[in-house]
Amino acid sequence: MNEECTFEDYQKSMADNKILGVLCADCNTITAPPQAVCRKCSSPNLSPKELGKNATLQTFTVIRVAPDGMNPPYIVALAETDDGPWVIGNLIGVDPDKTDLELIGKRVTMSSQHTKGNLYSLADFHTLTFSLQ
Amino acid sequence: MREVAILGVAMTKFGNSEKTNIEMFAEAGLGAIKNSNIEAKDLEALFFGNCLGTFEEGQMHMAPFAHSVLGMPMSSPATRFEGACATATVAIRHASLLVGAGVYDMVIAGGAERTTAMGTPLATRTFAMGCHAQYESPLGITFPGVFGMAAHMYAKKYNIPLKELKRNMAEVAVKNHFHGAKNPKAHFQKEITVEKVLSGGMVADPLQLLDCCPFSDGSAAVVITSADKAKQLVDKPIYIAGTGQASAGPLYLQQDLTRVKAREISIKKAYKQAGIAPKDVDLCELHDCFTIAEILALESMGFYEFGKAYDSAAKGETRLGGKMIVNPSGGLKAKGHPIGATGAAQVTEVVEQLRGESGSRQVEGAKIGVVDTLGGDYGTVCNIILRS
Ligand SMILES: [Zn+2]
Repeated sequence: MNEECTFEDYQKSMADNKILGVLCADCNTITAPPQAVCRKCSSPNLSPKELGKNATLQTFTVIRVAPDGMNPPYIVALAETDDGPWVIGNLIGVDPDKTDLELIGKRVTMSSQHTKGNLYSLADFHTLTFSLQ
Repeated sequence: MREVAILGVAMTKFGNSEKTNIEMFAEAGLGAIKNSNIEAKDLEALFFGNCLGTFEEGQMHMAPFAHSVLGMPMSSPATRFEGACATATVAIRHASLLVGAGVYDMVIAGGAERTTAMGTPLATRTFAMGCHAQYESPLGITFPGVFGMAAHMYAKKYNIPLKELKRNMAEVAVKNHFHGAKNPKAHFQKEITVEKVLSGGMVADPLQLLDCCPFSDGSAAVVITSADKAKQLVDKPIYIAGTGQASAGPLYLQQDLTRVKAREISIKKAYKQAGIAPKDVDLCELHDCFTIAEILALESMGFYEFGKAYDSAAKGETRLGGKMIVNPSGGLKAKGHPIGATGAAQVTEVVEQLRGESGSRQVEGAKIGVVDTLGGDYGTVCNIILRS
C-alpha cells in the first residue's frame, strides 16, 4: 500500500476520461481528488482507485463576473459521487440562463474537459464536468 | 496564560485610497500607538496582515517596511500573516496568544490592503487564488460563486422559495448599509433599498451586485498588552476574553455548505475560554462578505437555530435597536473589505463600541462583543471575544 497518487497522475487519468481517487486500506473510504492521507481516518495506506461516473448534483451557481481569462456565463457545481466523495466541476450542456433549484438532486454523469491555463495557473488542465443524465 | 487587553485602536477610512499599503498602515498604526499612550519604541513585535501586495503594488515582504514606518526598534520583529479574508484576525489572535504566554509585554497587530489598485478582473482572479489552485480555480469558481452555491443549497435544504430567500438576503444588505451610513469610516455611507438590491446585476447566481461586499482599500491596527499594564495606560482597557481558530480543507471536502464547520469549532472554543454563551453577546462584527454569509454565520455562531436566521434582518432583530446587533459598523458589506485589514477593523469597531465611543451607531450598554472572520472558501475561521 501507500502508493503515491499525485496531481499529475490525476491529470493523466483525466486525459483518458478516468477520474482518480485513492482507496483507504484501513477504513475502505475513497478520497477524491487524491491526497496523501484518507479524508476520513487520515491513514496514509492508500492506493489509486478509479471512480464510477455517476453522481448527484448537490448545488450550483452561474458565474457571471469571472476571473481574468475566463468566459462567463458558466456553471460551477458540487456533486456527491456514488462512491462517496463530493467533487466540484462544471455543469455542461445546460443553458446557464435556464437554471433553477430543480437542478439540485438531479443525476449527473462525470467526465472531463480540457481547460486553458492562464498567466497565474500551473498549466492547462483537464477539469471535471457534469452532464445531466 | 495571563489576561490580555487591547489598548488603542485605529483605522483609515475604507474605500478607494491614493495611499500605498505602507502609508495606510502608518496612518492606522501611528493612530493606534497614540491612542495607547505609548511610543513605538515600547512595541516588542509587529503582527502584520496583507494578502495580495504582490499583485497590488509588486510588493512582497511588507512586514519589515510596515515596521520601519512606525519607527519600531530593530530588535522588535515584524512578521507577515496571511489567512485570506481572516488575515488580520489571525494576526491579532497570535499577538494575543504570545502576550498571554508572556513572550511579549506589548505588541501591535493589524493589516493593510489596497485591492482597488488591481481593477476588478485581476482582483477577481487574485481573490480566486484563495480557492484550491488545482481542483477549484481552473473551473472558474469565485468567492461570490462559492456563496452563491451556499445560498442555493440553503434554499433547497430548508425548503425556502429562492425568491423569498433573496428578499431576506437583500434585507441583510439594507440593514448593513443602514449601519454604514452612520459610520464616517465606511466605504459606503448611504442607505439602500430592497428593490435596489434586487435590481442589481447578477454576479454569481443567486447573488446580485449589492449582495456582495466591495473591493476596498484600507488599514487598521490595534495595540495589545497584558491586562495589568493596560489598566495603567488607558481608562477603558478592553479585555480579550477568548479566541478561537479552525482550519478546514478545500470546498469539496466541506459538503454541506450551509454549515461552516470550521466556524462551529472556532467559536465554541472562544465561548468556552470566555465562559459565555451566545445569549450573553451584546453585539457582533461578523463576516458578511455576502448577504447569505451573514445568515450562515448567525447560525453557526449559535445566535439562531440552523435554517432560522434568514429573516433576522427583515425582522429588525440584528439592526440597531434590535435584540442582538450585528455589524453596527456596516460590516464588510458597507464598511468595506480590504481583506488583509478587515479583521483589525472588526476588532476596532467592537473595542470602540465597548468603550461607548461609537456615536450615532452606539449599541447602548454593550459589554461583550464578538469578532468573526472567515478566510477563503470556508478554509479559515477566526473568532475573538472582547469584554469591557
Ligand atoms: Zn481511511
